[in-house]
Amino acid sequence: MNAIAQTPAQAEVSPLYRKRLFINRLALTLSLLAMASGMIFLLWILAVLFMKGIGGLNAAVFTQMTPSPGSAGGLLNAIFGSFVMVSLGTLIATPIGILAGVYLAEFGRRGWVAPTTRFVNDILLSAPSIIIGLFVYTIYVAQVKHFSAWAGAIALAIIAIPVIVRTTETMLLLVPASLREAAAALGAPEWKVVTMVALRAVRSGVITGILLAVARISGETAPLLFTALNNQFWSSDLNAPMANLPVVIFQFAMSPFENWIELAWAGAMLITFSVLAINIITRVVFRQRTN
Amino acid sequence: MNAVLQPVEDVTAAPPKISVRNLNFFYGNFQGLKNINLDILERRITAFIGPSGCGKSTLLRTLNRMYDLYPGQRAVGQIMMNGRNILDKSQDLNLLRAKVGMVFQKPTPFPMSIYDNIAFGVKLYENLSKAEMDERVEWALNKAAIWGEVKDKLKQSGLSLSGGQQQRLCIARAVAVKPEVVLLDEPTSALDPISTAKIEELLHELKTDYTIAIVTHNMQQAARVSDFTAYMYLGDLVEYGVTDELFIKPKKKETEDYITGRFG
Ligand SMILES: Nc1ncnc2c1ncn2[C@@H]1O[C@H](COP(=O)(O)OP(=O)(O)O)[C@@H](O)[C@H]1O
Ligand SMILES: [Mg+2]
Repeated sequence: MNAIAQTPAQAEVSPLYRKRLFINRLALTLSLLAMASGMIFLLWILAVLFMKGIGGLNAAVFTQMTPSPGSAGGLLNAIFGSFVMVSLGTLIATPIGILAGVYLAEFGRRGWVAPTTRFVNDILLSAPSIIIGLFVYTIYVAQVKHFSAWAGAIALAIIAIPVIVRTTETMLLLVPASLREAAAALGAPEWKVVTMVALRAVRSGVITGILLAVARISGETAPLLFTALNNQFWSSDLNAPMANLPVVIFQFAMSPFENWIELAWAGAMLITFSVLAINIITRVVFRQRTN
Repeated sequence: MNAVLQPVEDVTAAPPKISVRNLNFFYGNFQGLKNINLDILERRITAFIGPSGCGKSTLLRTLNRMYDLYPGQRAVGQIMMNGRNILDKSQDLNLLRAKVGMVFQKPTPFPMSIYDNIAFGVKLYENLSKAEMDERVEWALNKAAIWGEVKDKLKQSGLSLSGGQQQRLCIARAVAVKPEVVLLDEPTSALDPISTAKIEELLHELKTDYTIAIVTHNMQQAARVSDFTAYMYLGDLVEYGVTDELFIKPKKKETEDYITGRFG
């Protein structure tokens, strides 16, 4: 900030210096504008969600099942279903994602397997989630001939894996070679160097990656439409269709019923603010840790 | 120099711990070491000096085969230790490194507690009870002259220590596994003078139990701490001998130019 404040002495200096000051100010202005436009949309979305959602948010949302058309109800079965499938998806994706990330960063330096895996992973990272849903539908749902929470969790896991692989690899590549050498210099076998030292050094980054993945899959609708479908009633059977917030929001928001639309907004607000809360909590926890 | 004040002891009266023969080292096509021959004697401090880029670190990193972590780096020749050539394919690298410890230029504490920093290496090869491990940790920290400073905060992260303390922690960590040889690559170049002095004192202590090889860009440090000095230049071992002799009357003109500061 001080750098762009011009003192009288500086005002007299060469045109080159003045040009540099101008470019400096221009760059700073542009980046402030970019930051502001990002923030404006984020705050706008949050504000709209809050205003529309807060009205529908009451105790019934957390205690009653999704209603039939016209009647009153809540989102309990959908909240539970989302929680179950997101947790299950994360539990499946985390070990696979971390192991694959470790392979790419630590062991895949030679040969063609790692570059190919990395390439495929990047494609998967940007694949439209509806395709993942169709894929799980074809290989699993169509075979067993019924929608199920398992299918939903698998679809979510497939979306989460590339996110975790990417962040784990990126984080591990930040570990200085000197730290790995120091562990190897004690006679530690490679797997111990990786698990006890390298992964540990970047564990907050790896966990952040997992949370990013959780945030990503919490709001996914398309893959669940083809896999877990929906369920108007309470169900904890993993082999049966299960309610979940995104699909309920999708259905209710498109409906003509006033109270359904209200519930849809309340559900949208719930998802968004939970993800926001997870992010803020991790940040706070890790900030305390590192200090 | 204080050399004359030291008790008269024949530094050459020791068996070789490591014998390097016809050692050539390659980074891909670039030859980093050219036909190196020298003996590193047991329980002596051997210093490697020379201008930066002359191959000091490269030589040190062949002694525990650290270079093996990187594809494309290879050593050809013989490095005999305990009767066998450690460059043999059959050499178990982890066992070798457990016997030949290393301390690096920049302190490298692990992201764990001070206690665990020491216990990590010990656990790899020994099965100690909690009490025995406590004892070993204290012993190692004492050896590295840092016990007094950390004994009340063993549970704290190793990263919370100052640079000089971190480096002594790393020395303690290397010593804790009871290696036979300790390699130090410019261990004090990132430290303040007081920490440097502490570590130099420490080296004198450690010498009674360990064979030590130290790389330093500081000639005074080599003169102060070592029994033997090797002067290297562009991958060649130019001159190698008893430190006092090498500094007082070097045999080679190049060595003399370097140590008198006319070069480098
Ligand atoms: N990883 C590497 N790849 C290629 N060349 C290297 C590598 N490390 C060191 N070298 C080269 O090997 C020579 C010796 O390096 P080094 O042993 O690190 O020197 P010193 O420790 O004496 O300063 C230098 O010319 C350096 O550029
Ligand atoms: Mg070096």
